Amino acid sequence: MLDAARKPLVSVRDLKMHFPIYAGLFRRRVGEVKAVDGVSFDVFEGETLGLVGESGCGKSTCGRAVLRLYDITDGSITIEGREIGQTPQPDLRPMRPTMQMVFQDPQASLNPRMTVEDIIKEPLDEHTTLTDAEKREKVGELMDAVGLNRKFAKRYPHAFSGGQRQRIGIARALALNPKFIVCDEPIAALDVSIQAQVVNLLEDLQEQFGLTYLFISHDLSMVRHIATRVAVMYLGKVVELAPREGLYADPLHPYTNALLSAVPEPDPSLARKSERIILQGDVPSPSNPPKGCNFCTRCPSVMDICKEVEPDYREVKPGRFVACHLFNEINDTASQMAGTEDKKSTNKEKTL
Amino acid sequence: MTDVSQQIQPPLDPVEPAALTEKPRNQWLDVWDQFRSHKGAMAGLIFLIFITLFCAFGPLIWDVDPGKLDIRNKDVRPIYTVLWDGDAKVSWARPMGTDHLGRDIMANLMQGGRISLAVGWTAMVLAILIGTLVGVLAGYFRRLDWGLMRFTDLVLSLPILPLLLVMMLLFRDPLRAAFGPETGIFILIVTGIGITSWMQTARIVRGDVMALKEREFVLAARSIGTPPRRMITRHVLPNVLSPIMVSATLGLATAIITESALSFLGLGFPSDFPTWGKILFDSVDRMVAFPERVLWPGLAISLTVLAVNYIGDGLRDALDPRIRGM
Repeated sequence: MLDAARKPLVSVRDLKMHFPIYAGLFRRRVGEVKAVDGVSFDVFEGETLGLVGESGCGKSTCGRAVLRLYDITDGSITIEGREIGQTPQPDLRPMRPTMQMVFQDPQASLNPRMTVEDIIKEPLDEHTTLTDAEKREKVGELMDAVGLNRKFAKRYPHAFSGGQRQRIGIARALALNPKFIVCDEPIAALDVSIQAQVVNLLEDLQEQFGLTYLFISHDLSMVRHIATRVAVMYLGKVVELAPREGLYADPLHPYTNALLSAVPEPDPSLARKSERIILQGDVPSPSNPPKGCNFCTRCPSVMDICKEVEPDYREVKPGRFVACHLFNEINDTASQMAGTEDKKSTNKEKTL
Repeated sequence: MTDVSQQIQPPLDPVEPAALTEKPRNQWLDVWDQFRSHKGAMAGLIFLIFITLFCAFGPLIWDVDPGKLDIRNKDVRPIYTVLWDGDAKVSWARPMGTDHLGRDIMANLMQGGRISLAVGWTAMVLAILIGTLVGVLAGYFRRLDWGLMRFTDLVLSLPILPLLLVMMLLFRDPLRAAFGPETGIFILIVTGIGITSWMQTARIVRGDVMALKEREFVLAARSIGTPPRRMITRHVLPNVLSPIMVSATLGLATAIITESALSFLGLGFPSDFPTWGKILFDSVDRMVAFPERVLWPGLAISLTVLAVNYIGDGLRDALDPRIRGM
């Protein structure tokens, strides 16, 4: 991939975000929810990295942790060459304009007591020394850029539709000319026709302002449309990261495989032919993940080693990262143990 | 794609600015419009203005000394008693009658209202300020939560009346000496009531702040880098306004009533210093014979409280843009 030559804008190494659980009479710490447990990836300048996974796998937490909206448990985050992993919150303030976020629920992410103008102006109030008139002009420009009528500046968020509210949220994120925007399921709360509008708007803005996105979503077809590379998360870990075409054409990890087979096929004749991989059981609790590979409880091609040793997350082909024993060197002995596992794994070995 | 982005960003100099300048309409005008549409609130506001004017400027017109004893004209009935009892002792010089020492009731109501309203408002404002401060700090900063809320529980578990009595005994004389008898006792009562009635507000505000803190717009503000103090003033406080307003209206009522109770116990204002609560309590003994002496101050207290309640209700609606519907 060409990406390898480019400099990453954001690089995340071994990011961990554990939330403590307190219980009992004395509110003692009895455990922790490992929402994000050792995630590493790079986001290159100008690209869109899709982050997919099922509900509760830690996508949103990961996105928020990258922006340091949480105090992370462990790991390193570098944005534009500056390490922000352990920086205390007040010192992060000067870095905030570079990185912004678009939230999932456009209703909840706008203060109901502020007018649209005040909402979009807030970043300008915080980080610039423009005069009121300049700020108002800038707000007008931003509203134009996201396709909102300037006349609505004095209205309150409740007077807008879901799609318009999301545009307000996008305008606010754009106000400080950020380089990196985390889109936390920006389209999940919208209906389908509006989804397309918002996604197209995001793409246009990316082109116009040279933005880099971390696009979190559970909508695989939308990610296929917008992302250049895709990372798949399962139970707090990235199981596979690959360029879009590669991932959708030839998924390596068994979980990616199952996930992709669940995408509805619009052509009925094709839909009948396609075989869905139905995973058995539920996602284990993130407070008590299984030993070995996180996916071993549900994996269709599980081997003995998977229940003992955690697979390394490594590059198996240029640009393609996967965390699975099927692609490890030990695989040779492991596959013998597992015997005739399934066709899939042998296929993979050939491509390896 | 480029076509679309061209469409999306039009040139910056079209007729838009004209449309923009037409728009800015004062938001407080909208608030006032919404407030006016709340009938109860308007009635409350009118009554409150009336009673305030009555107490503030009444004594200028009705310049009878409220403390002057006139034993020959004691127990005069209000003038309207003539309507059903021709033999009643009435006088045009004493339209609302006199009490058992011959003090003019109307002058007492005015003077008492001044004190009661002043005590009520000041104590309420003090209690709301302390309560909101403690509640916001405890709700917003997790580190302070435990300490502040246990302190709140502690104050809440203290028996209020004995505490106030001890405060009166300890501080009455030094304050009297420092500020004069009336101001001294006023400060003492207001502080006493204020620092013993903020706990409910603090608890309610804390709960609301904790819920608000988890909302996405607060997270959004954090992603912008808004520091905590502006986060509180810009995002948290405007959204906890409703419960604060409700506490405030209830607080005013409690303050007036607590002051009455203190006066009744003889630990409030001096005995020759009327307040609504004091007039009420003084007259309870002979309530059957002279119902008007209980009725008027009682009515003044309850109507004031009711009016403030309605105003609070109307204000809460008017300040909420969702209800204001714009």
